[in-house]
Amino acid sequence: MGKQVLLIEDEPNIIEAIRFILTRDGWAVSSHSDGANAVAVVQERRPDLVILDVMLPNRSGFDILADLRADPALADLPVMMLTARGQARDRAQAEQAGVSRFMTKPFANAEILAAVRELAGPSEGANAAREPDQP
Amino acid sequence: MVSSNLLLAVSLGYVALLFLVAFAAEKRAERGQGGWLRSPLIYTLSLSIYCTAWTFYGAVGYAARSGLEFLTIYLGPTLVMVGWWALVRKLVRIARAQRITSIADLISSRYGKSTLLGVIVTFMAVIGSTPYIALQLQSVTLSIAVFADPVEAAWVPHDPNLTALWVAAGLAFFTVLFGTRNLDANERHHGVVTAIALEAVVKLVALLAVGGFVVWGAAGGISDTLARIDASPISDWRPDGTRWVGLTFLAGAAFLTLPRMFQVLVVENADERHLATAGWAFPLYVLLMSLFVVPIAAIGLEVMPEGSNPDLFVLTVPLAYDRGGLAMLSFLGGFSSATSMVIVAALALSTMVSNHIVLPIWLAARHSGAVMSGDVRKTVLRARRVSIAAILALGYAYYRLSGGGTALAAIGLISFAGVAQILPALIGALFWRGATRIGAAGALLTGFAVWAYCLFLPSFGADGLMPGWLMEEGPWGISWLRPEALFGIGGLDPLVHALFWSLSMNTLVFIGGSLLSFPTPMERLQGAQFVNVFDYAAGARGVQRGTAEAEDLLVMSQRLLGAAEAQALFQAEAAAQGKAGFLPDVTPEFVETLERRLSGSVGAATAHAMIGQIGGYATVSVEDLMAVADETQQLIDQTAQLEAKSAELGRTARALREANEKLTALSVQKDAFLGQISHELRTPMTSIRAFSEILRDGDLAEGERARYAEIIHGETQRLTRLLDDLLDLAVLENGQVTLNWADAELGAVLDAAVNAATADGAARKIAIHRDDGDEAVLLHTDPDRLTQVFINLIANAGKYCTNDQPELRIAVTRRPGTVQIDFIDNGPGIPISAQPVIFEKFVRLDDNSKAGGAGLGLAICREIMLKLGGQIVYLPGQGGAAFRVTLPLARAEAA
Repeated sequence: MGKQVLLIEDEPNIIEAIRFILTRDGWAVSSHSDGANAVAVVQERRPDLVILDVMLPNRSGFDILADLRADPALADLPVMMLTARGQARDRAQAEQAGVSRFMTKPFANAEILAAVRELAGPSEGANAAREPDQP
Repeated sequence: MVSSNLLLAVSLGYVALLFLVAFAAEKRAERGQGGWLRSPLIYTLSLSIYCTAWTFYGAVGYAARSGLEFLTIYLGPTLVMVGWWALVRKLVRIARAQRITSIADLISSRYGKSTLLGVIVTFMAVIGSTPYIALQLQSVTLSIAVFADPVEAAWVPHDPNLTALWVAAGLAFFTVLFGTRNLDANERHHGVVTAIALEAVVKLVALLAVGGFVVWGAAGGISDTLARIDASPISDWRPDGTRWVGLTFLAGAAFLTLPRMFQVLVVENADERHLATAGWAFPLYVLLMSLFVVPIAAIGLEVMPEGSNPDLFVLTVPLAYDRGGLAMLSFLGGFSSATSMVIVAALALSTMVSNHIVLPIWLAARHSGAVMSGDVRKTVLRARRVSIAAILALGYAYYRLSGGGTALAAIGLISFAGVAQILPALIGALFWRGATRIGAAGALLTGFAVWAYCLFLPSFGADGLMPGWLMEEGPWGISWLRPEALFGIGGLDPLVHALFWSLSMNTLVFIGGSLLSFPTPMERLQGAQFVNVFDYAAGARGVQRGTAEAEDLLVMSQRLLGAAEAQALFQAEAAAQGKAGFLPDVTPEFVETLERRLSGSVGAATAHAMIGQIGGYATVSVEDLMAVADETQQLIDQTAQLEAKSAELGRTARALREANEKLTALSVQKDAFLGQISHELRTPMTSIRAFSEILRDGDLAEGERARYAEIIHGETQRLTRLLDDLLDLAVLENGQVTLNWADAELGAVLDAAVNAATADGAARKIAIHRDDGDEAVLLHTDPDRLTQVFINLIANAGKYCTNDQPELRIAVTRRPGTVQIDFIDNGPGIPISAQPVIFEKFVRLDDNSKAGGAGLGLAICREIMLKLGGQIVYLPGQGGAAFRVTLPLARAEAA
């Protein structure tokens, strides 16, 4: 069983792309699309890593991050933020709120994979999953 | 000789003419071409419903029996119109300011919007008017009977009761048709008023014709007529001073308090200045009506056989000389007198019954939900229709009960005395600030009880409704309580006796009760506004304050006033406050304006209760009372100045606040604009980049390849759409757009839009309701651009209407010079907080994925409508999301 990644994002196509990239690398990916109860979902699923979109329906990613950091049990949880707005102010705001990594859309697939590996350590199932590719 | 068939044909023809006139007048008024309908002439003629069949036929009978005494009936109103002109003007001014609908409403409104007083006055009016209506039915029946058998003494007709029943039913039908067509906020009925004005002319011409015939045809000219009068028993008549004064007073009082007179004199008054004309023209009319009364009576007594009914001389004298045509005209005159009175009386009474009895019960029965649900207008109209039928049924019942035996004049006077009991409370309402609800209620009940005991019940004759021994000996044998000789004062004329005691006890209780009781704050406030109506030209200070939601008030008002009128009222108020849209701030002034407007439909007490139900407040505060207490002119002036200033400041502040809110919202959005564009562009690009890398790396199943390629394809389309919209908007905003103006029919444009919007996507499932008839409107516009707006609105309804059975109603309404197209769905609507911003760029109320657009649609619609010379606004309070598109009509259509 690979490590758990929780993807909080509301664009179905982006969810599908990230899920494909990470699953192929051996990660177990689950997703959630509503900002309102995102914090509760994180508390319940206890993922190894959260990928968090900034512009979510009902609640901003910044607020969700602040709530996560306020919970002692989740203070060390790696949170990677994705934004399509790409303004410098957003990056500063995210870093202040305690983000682990801040990335701008669109991203290179390799880039996101590398970031995930770095934040959550290599996926346990990575080698098994990649084995058929390697001679 | 005139045959019964000819009579029937002429009557029906005449009635058809009345219908036609009423209908045409109504149509004219609807089209806003009321011009001459609202002239002082029509107003004066409508006042002539004072001259009923009782005066048309009865005055001659009266003269034959009691000489010149009949003149008192005309003298009273003449004195009122000439001498009390100021009082009538005050009455009209108050009624206008307070939107009074009836005499019951006036009394109720003045004494603290009291429901109880409305009920009392309504009951009194109904009981007092019933004999009068019966009288009219009787006179029509009698006059028909005259024709049925030319030998007048033998008028034992086929079935007079049946005739009366048909007449009552016909009148009910006419009154329902033209009196309850709509709930006019002003309670004016142009059709009815014009028809009764015509009837006024007919009865005057008829009476003058008969009079002319009698003087120059039957008698040998003026001197011969005078000689014959001198010889007739009429000249033996000697005036009875008390009766003369009493009757004159009674007629004057009744002129003001009769429900039907109040209706034409006050409620139907379109312009205060008409009173000036009516002040001399109405007495002139009355003078002409009475000119030939004595000659007709004298000649009638001379030439008709002994025992002829003098009440019918106007008909029988021409018939005796074999002048069938003249008699026919005379019959139409009498018929006009009777019908016009009954129609207006039924109208006035039904308004009172529905506003003061039915609606309060209905409201109480439905509790707080009543104002928000159900169609109040329908309830009110239904109540009025039923009331009209019931009132005429009551009149018919009285006619049967009384057996038609009493002389016409006597019944009329009993009615007069009954409604005259309202006079003290009415005068107090206008002139005495100290008058209270308790005093008024006590006075009305006392006066009415004495009237009933001394005059009304005895009028049915000994052992009629009152046992004979009671009239002879008094209750329990106490002789000083005998109905016709209270406190041992016998020997008086029963009418004068009853009038004297009822009105003096009435007044005494009124003054005593008012002095001993303490007025509620609402009474003080209303009292001040009534008594000082000329000082309060700008309207008094707030009676209400509170947190009623503007949208709730709008919903309720629409149910009462109709959508268009309520929306216009709210929009005007919002504009006066410096706000755009349909929802003004709920200021005390606005609530009061609104309450008055609603009063015009359902009466003051009910309107007050309904608004109270919404706001949850119905009391008057200390500050409100300050308005009443600050009495000296200086204070009033100062306050008025301060008020004007603070109102202006308030307006400025509101405008500033709104501008500020908008600026803040705009700057936040301007700041967010780049971020938004970035977001809208980068989101599809993210998917495209990710999946194209996945495809480039290969190693995919065939199904996956196709799917991912499809995603990339879809996202590029989304990007293209976004860029199209952005460019479109930029072009529109910079005014570089080229419009292709052309003539187009609205229906065709809507057809194209509906087809395009429902071809695919979310709008596929929505049920669209349209009315083709209304859509036949010619526009001069850019049809493609207009279609674009409509598609957007329909597609939005498809996307956001979450009802299980989504419906979209497209309603087209023509207004002068413009046409409104409303798109109303049955979904959850748009929350008030979001309503001001939905036309801004990138505003989306839903999450991105579902909307499938960038939130530019409505912004584009707004720009297009601006370019097309129209506008698009959000219409609150319609149950679902509602957008109103307004367009100018093509010039040919507007003309």
